[in-house]
Amino acid sequence: MTTPTETSGPPSGAQPDGASTTAPAKKIEGRSPGRIAWDRLKRDKVALAGGVVVILLVLAAIFAPVLASMFGHPPNEPHPDQINPDLGLPKGSFGGISGDFPLGVDPTFGRDVFSRILYGARISMLVALGAAVLSVCIGVVMGVTAGYFGGWVDAFISRVMDILLAFPQLLFSIALVSVMPTSAFGIPDEWLRPLILVFVIGFFGWPYIGRIVRGQAMSLREREFVDAARSLGAGRTHILFRELLPNLVAPILVYATLIIPSNILNEAALSFLGAGVRPPTASWGQMLSEAVRIYQADPMYMVVPGLAIFITVLAFNLFGDGLRDALDPKGN
Amino acid sequence: MLVYLFRRLINVVLMLLVVAAVTFGIFFMVPKLTGTDPALLYVGKIADKVAVEGIRHKMGLDKSIVEQFWLFLKGIVVGRDYNAGTDMTHCYAPCLGYSFKTEREVWPLLLDRVGVDFSLAVGASVLWLVFGTATGIVSALRRGTALDRITMSVALAGVSLPMYFTGLVSLAVFVHQLGWFPSKYTDFANDPVAWFQGLVLPWITLAFLFAATYARLSRATLLDVLGEDYIRTARAKGLKEPVVIGKHAMRSTLTPILTVFGMDLGGLLGGAVLTESTFNLRGLGYEAVQSIASSDLPVIMGVTLFAAFFIVMANLLVDLLYAVVDPRVRLA
Repeated sequence: MTTPTETSGPPSGAQPDGASTTAPAKKIEGRSPGRIAWDRLKRDKVALAGGVVVILLVLAAIFAPVLASMFGHPPNEPHPDQINPDLGLPKGSFGGISGDFPLGVDPTFGRDVFSRILYGARISMLVALGAAVLSVCIGVVMGVTAGYFGGWVDAFISRVMDILLAFPQLLFSIALVSVMPTSAFGIPDEWLRPLILVFVIGFFGWPYIGRIVRGQAMSLREREFVDAARSLGAGRTHILFRELLPNLVAPILVYATLIIPSNILNEAALSFLGAGVRPPTASWGQMLSEAVRIYQADPMYMVVPGLAIFITVLAFNLFGDGLRDALDPKGN
Repeated sequence: MLVYLFRRLINVVLMLLVVAAVTFGIFFMVPKLTGTDPALLYVGKIADKVAVEGIRHKMGLDKSIVEQFWLFLKGIVVGRDYNAGTDMTHCYAPCLGYSFKTEREVWPLLLDRVGVDFSLAVGASVLWLVFGTATGIVSALRRGTALDRITMSVALAGVSLPMYFTGLVSLAVFVHQLGWFPSKYTDFANDPVAWFQGLVLPWITLAFLFAATYARLSRATLLDVLGEDYIRTARAKGLKEPVVIGKHAMRSTLTPILTVFGMDLGGLLGGAVLTESTFNLRGLGYEAVQSIASSDLPVIMGVTLFAAFFIVMANLLVDLLYAVVDPRVRLA
């Protein structure tokens, strides 16, 4: 329905340009919804800070090998010289933090915690983003279909969503992950596990977005612009993808940014319970579950991955909240 | 009303049937995929062929999957006889079979474990419901003040923290450093005081995370509701502010909170996996993780069904409560 035409231009460049021509009397200019949202988001410092942290974290995850080689050691390289052989704990205080090991070493093996956190970020981001994409895709297709067609299609899809929501999800995810084979289709285990996690988390996540999209599609279906399109001879596909979907972008976008942090928590929870990626691949939840054993003697090893999860999830939440406020048509 | 209730109850049964069928299907396939023999799991590794065949026949494992599922369902309703010639065992009415590992009946085992989750859920839900909603409401009424900003920042931090991290930190501080609480769970029947002391920390930790969600939700909903026309009407009528908020606004604010509460409570009763493994409580979640690790199918089935039952029932209860809380909802 609405085509945001102004958003494509770089907003920072447009600003001084517009100011110079309209300096004497401030002209009232029409702003597209996308532009309004962007302007609001720019004013929301907290959300922007969250966004910046998110970008930095994603970059850190992508360039983990580079960063690890610059400031640390390979993630699976043991450093027995850093470990007190009698206790199995890091020799240095605060979990063995030193110039050489900025976040200390892990107990037993003496692996570099800094590198393991970086590589853990890769797993975390990969699984969270992948699962979010999967949930959004299934959820949007199912939700739009149910909401637009109604009748028995809606009844069937809604029932499927109800049933999925009735499953004890965490339990089921652990069970599913733990019975999966270690290798399949020629994919090595270190890639297969994250894929399985993406599938399991993403699959259980779609009913939430499906319900939201269904409700939106149901109310949009009755609007005049859909009638107008139909009376102009538009087919189903056109109405679904060209009329309904563009109007659903805002809630989908907001939901997608808010589902990512919960996916990160889910992945960490599965790893914590031993159903995540397999060692020696590093993951935050797994580090925390190792920390359960020794947190009284080596609290740093609990604090570091815990904070990593906290900061990441918080950043995504801040950004998602800001985005929601910015896209809310009722906001000022 | 009665018709509605009847229809919903049928729905509950159907949903549980589907959950049972899916779970049964998946975990029936697992031994085939991994190449383990369920009968062998019962009798142990060193067993002669005759004993294995005997068990296989007695447990009905030699029948087809449909037949086995039927026997399983029948066992839940009328009980089940396991017999192999002279050796006969009767398993009374809600019969969920026998554990592969311990050869104990599943149903009594579940009843034994659910006490922990019940204790956990009761205490924590009261705490989070009262504190979470109250904070959210106060925040919404004092919108934009320092109080609002501080509580909402804390709430945002709360939803971004993983349970097992806050749990470990609080264990480290309050149990091991300060020694304020015992680190063990005691049954209520044995010693109510010790029961209470053992649960204070899990309650607070769990309630803090949930309260954060509830505070955010109730604040957002109340703000939405306060913008509605009927609130303006109520104010225009000259009603006092406490009446407008307490009687008019609160009713529709509580509806979404009830929805989430139903899901959370149902989920918690069916096993708080993360809380249990962090605080070392032996509830349904613990049992589930154990049984998954040892692929103890009957116990996995039992816990899944049990958990699904709680989720579905909690949702039904919530829907019934809607009609009481929100005058716009009529059951039909």
